[in-house]
Amino acid sequence: MAAAAVEPRVVVVGAGPAGSRCVEALVKAGIRPLVIDESARSGGQIYRRQPDNFTRSAEQLYGSEAAKATRLHKSFDGLQGRFDYWPESLIWNLAGNRIFVVRGAQQCSVEFSSLVICSGATDRLLPVPGWNYSGCYSLGGAQIALKAQACAIGAEVVFMGTGPLLYLVAAQYAKAGARVAGVLDTSPFYRRVAALPDLLANPRALYHGLGLTASLYLKGVPVYSGVEPLAIEGDAAAGVSAVRFRDGRGREKQLHCDAVAMGYHLRPETQLADLARCQFDFDASTRQWLPRIDRDGRSTVADIYLAGDGARIRGADAAEASGELAALALLADRGQAVDSQRVARLQQQLGQLERFARGLAKAFPWPHQLAAQLADATVLCRCEVVTVGEMRSTIALTGASEANRAKAFSRVGMGRCQGRYCANAGAEVIAAATDGDICSAGRLRAQAPVKPLPLALVEVAPEDWLEVSAEGVDPVLKPAEAGL
Amino acid sequence: MKQIASDVVIVGGGIMGSSAALFLRQRGLSVTLLERDLIGQHASGTNFGNVRRQGRPLYQLPLANRASAIWRRAKELLDTDVEYIQGGHMRVCYRDRSEMVERMESYARDAKELGLELELLSAPAIHKRFPFLGPEVLAGSYSALDGHANPRLVSPAFARAAQRLGARIEENTRIILVEKVGEDFQVLSEAGTVYTAPNVLITTGAWGNELASQFRETAPLTSFGPNMSVTEPVPYCIKPSVGVFTTEEKETVYFRQIERGNVIIGGSTRAPGFPNTCRTHVRPQNTLSQLQQIRRLAPGLGQLRLIRVWSGTEGYLPDWQPIMGPSAVAAGLYYAFGFSGAGFQIGPGVGETMAELIASGQTSIDLEPYRPSRFSPEVG
Amino acid sequence: MSKRFVRLGETRRPEVQLYIDGEPAVALQGDTLLVALLQHSNRLRTSEFGDAERAGFCLMGACQDCWVRTEEGARLRACSTTVAENMRIVTTQLEISWPQQQ
Repeated sequence: MAAAAVEPRVVVVGAGPAGSRCVEALVKAGIRPLVIDESARSGGQIYRRQPDNFTRSAEQLYGSEAAKATRLHKSFDGLQGRFDYWPESLIWNLAGNRIFVVRGAQQCSVEFSSLVICSGATDRLLPVPGWNYSGCYSLGGAQIALKAQACAIGAEVVFMGTGPLLYLVAAQYAKAGARVAGVLDTSPFYRRVAALPDLLANPRALYHGLGLTASLYLKGVPVYSGVEPLAIEGDAAAGVSAVRFRDGRGREKQLHCDAVAMGYHLRPETQLADLARCQFDFDASTRQWLPRIDRDGRSTVADIYLAGDGARIRGADAAEASGELAALALLADRGQAVDSQRVARLQQQLGQLERFARGLAKAFPWPHQLAAQLADATVLCRCEVVTVGEMRSTIALTGASEANRAKAFSRVGMGRCQGRYCANAGAEVIAAATDGDICSAGRLRAQAPVKPLPLALVEVAPEDWLEVSAEGVDPVLKPAEAGL
Repeated sequence: MKQIASDVVIVGGGIMGSSAALFLRQRGLSVTLLERDLIGQHASGTNFGNVRRQGRPLYQLPLANRASAIWRRAKELLDTDVEYIQGGHMRVCYRDRSEMVERMESYARDAKELGLELELLSAPAIHKRFPFLGPEVLAGSYSALDGHANPRLVSPAFARAAQRLGARIEENTRIILVEKVGEDFQVLSEAGTVYTAPNVLITTGAWGNELASQFRETAPLTSFGPNMSVTEPVPYCIKPSVGVFTTEEKETVYFRQIERGNVIIGGSTRAPGFPNTCRTHVRPQNTLSQLQQIRRLAPGLGQLRLIRVWSGTEGYLPDWQPIMGPSAVAAGLYYAFGFSGAGFQIGPGVGETMAELIASGQTSIDLEPYRPSRFSPEVG
Repeated sequence: MSKRFVRLGETRRPEVQLYIDGEPAVALQGDTLLVALLQHSNRLRTSEFGDAERAGFCLMGACQDCWVRTEEGARLRACSTTVAENMRIVTTQLEISWPQQQ
């Protein structure tokens, strides 16, 4: 086996918009990166592809973003053979410059020279009584059901939460012929007006967002702003039957449904950055902890770069720009020449999209006061089934005032999802219960494995996974040979 | 400068320090317990949670028995549930190390004299009774009166119980200097508070030398982190805590199931500890070797998934025994640290013994094997 | 048992036969296991802590709420597994099955 195949590699994690553009820039510069992605096919969640035997057009799948999705897929597919590709593979831990990858029950470790983490985001969730019933899904999940499987999550769906995705998915459902029982936004309408100056940084997206809302009104879908979610009604066996809420004027209402899609904007998937010991800072505008990056995506750890929504929630366009920018930073750090005009243009584009993202955070704020006020009986941690009341009494008994300490005593965040869906609200509950501010409630430290790891692992050599030609692989091709 | 006086200052709020605080208060002494981070946050809260006596050196059994009695009344003593399950403790050996059977037999004979009853089991009986054991298991030694508990809960529970009896407990208080001035010790915190007491107990685990060295009683202490993992929950069906008796470090794995269903796995290979950063990371390679070994011990666990790993910062001494007892240099100064990865079960016994020693000047427990000066013949 | 997911298109795909808790069921080629199961049932599993039946949550492999198993004991995350002919899925709680001794 050619020794070259297991030399330290430039590794890109994730093949969504950020990862795909990062790979493209690296290949253009003559590098043969190793791409590790959890999905079977590239595109990430936003441009997720349907199975091969599905027939819907890109327009049906991605609407106004169809051209972008198609370009991204074509770019990635067109480069096949110029990078090594491990789909359906997860980096479950890392140590020093070595990553540990699991695919099915096989595990393999590889040394990296540089690592670009484009790990994407998941929905940020606010617990509500009943959200543990079957029929409750994350907004992203509801969208995947439609996009990748041509299914609605139920016969009658309520969309609840806040953020641009709330209106997008509801409109996609309505357009695809699903019954949308209502859209419930916790953000009051005036917030959106106040955020207009920032939102104008991306007029196309703003215009598109307004169009979505209009399309819902035209279809007769009830849309409520400034709501307070009260409960998801139903029972343990049959699941969801209705959503109860207070509307913007304080009137209690109920919408019957058999499914609820919920999301309060997004949170970055930062486990790998955390395990790599990157530093994090508290971001007051979104009340989340974010890995520290410079404007090009360098983390605080040498050779580790962060791009896309996994670093900052800035959306798919920014993910593409930041993925390319991180690749260019990596190349510059390796001493390769990069097009400084291109770098400047990407930085400028990213700056504009960041302003738009700030506008979205203002228009659709995380309703932290609702998290702080959750009723004691509400399940806070869906995995371990720990209620808000149990968390509060644990805090009262033990004096725990920090997220990891509260986790140690209460198990909130200790389950299979590792706090992905309870940590944001959990921190608010801690802060409210201790009179501390949200920042001092801290953040849950990532603990390996990034996702559940089979005990029956079989170790394999990286050569077994690398698709290599007979003469072996030169991990760094000269730019001229790459022919780009 | 702020000054706080008490009969005893305890530096280090792990299981040794927090249990000593409770037992000192029970004896009527005023106590100040100072912890650099949070009570029980380091080795005491991150270990496997084994409440096992067997496998300890025979001379340690009186201390382990004393602790065992405390574990059995922990719920009443602490007025809270620390998830102590007296489900038994099983030590097994593999077919390819059959010489270990004889060692288990002789240990069982000697331990019985010292009050520890062990039941010896061999194949096929052991497999019939404990069907989760793998075919490589040849024989085992079962202690019915041992078990396991939740280490995250134990030290804070002792500290709260001590606090209810009037102990003063200060977390996030790092001690930088201990000096004897006249009859009293002056214990200085980073924040500038001086705690005075005629007695000081140092229970600072892997950080033991920071203060011991101020009395020229530096111990050859090194630091390692345990290799811990937990699976997703599955229906509760494994009562005992089970471990492998072997001379090969990588084979030394152990597991226990908690009532909620998760299986906790420990052992195989330790990682180097980093007391300076207060954080010890699990090495992925060690997780892999642990998984390989645990499937030999209990192949059925191979169907499960790990959902979390962790480690902590433990202090080790070359003879695997703690520094425990009075200082050879300063009267009124006591140590109990460096429990070498085996302090959890004996912890409450150590606390009670140190409280007895400090309050009465003597203890029935023979402390000679743990003598602080045993590594420095020039002192004492 | 009522189904949970509603197909809105892409229904002209070849059928795939599977078994859910011993009962034969039909899915379509390209379905994830989660979709295949929720075409026949309103649940995938029971929460270990008894609060409710569960039917998945995030559909993107993050929440780990959709683990089911095969009759042979293999564990499958339904949202990231493609349904295959003659899969035999069990949605009841896992019992650890101990190996047969020599």
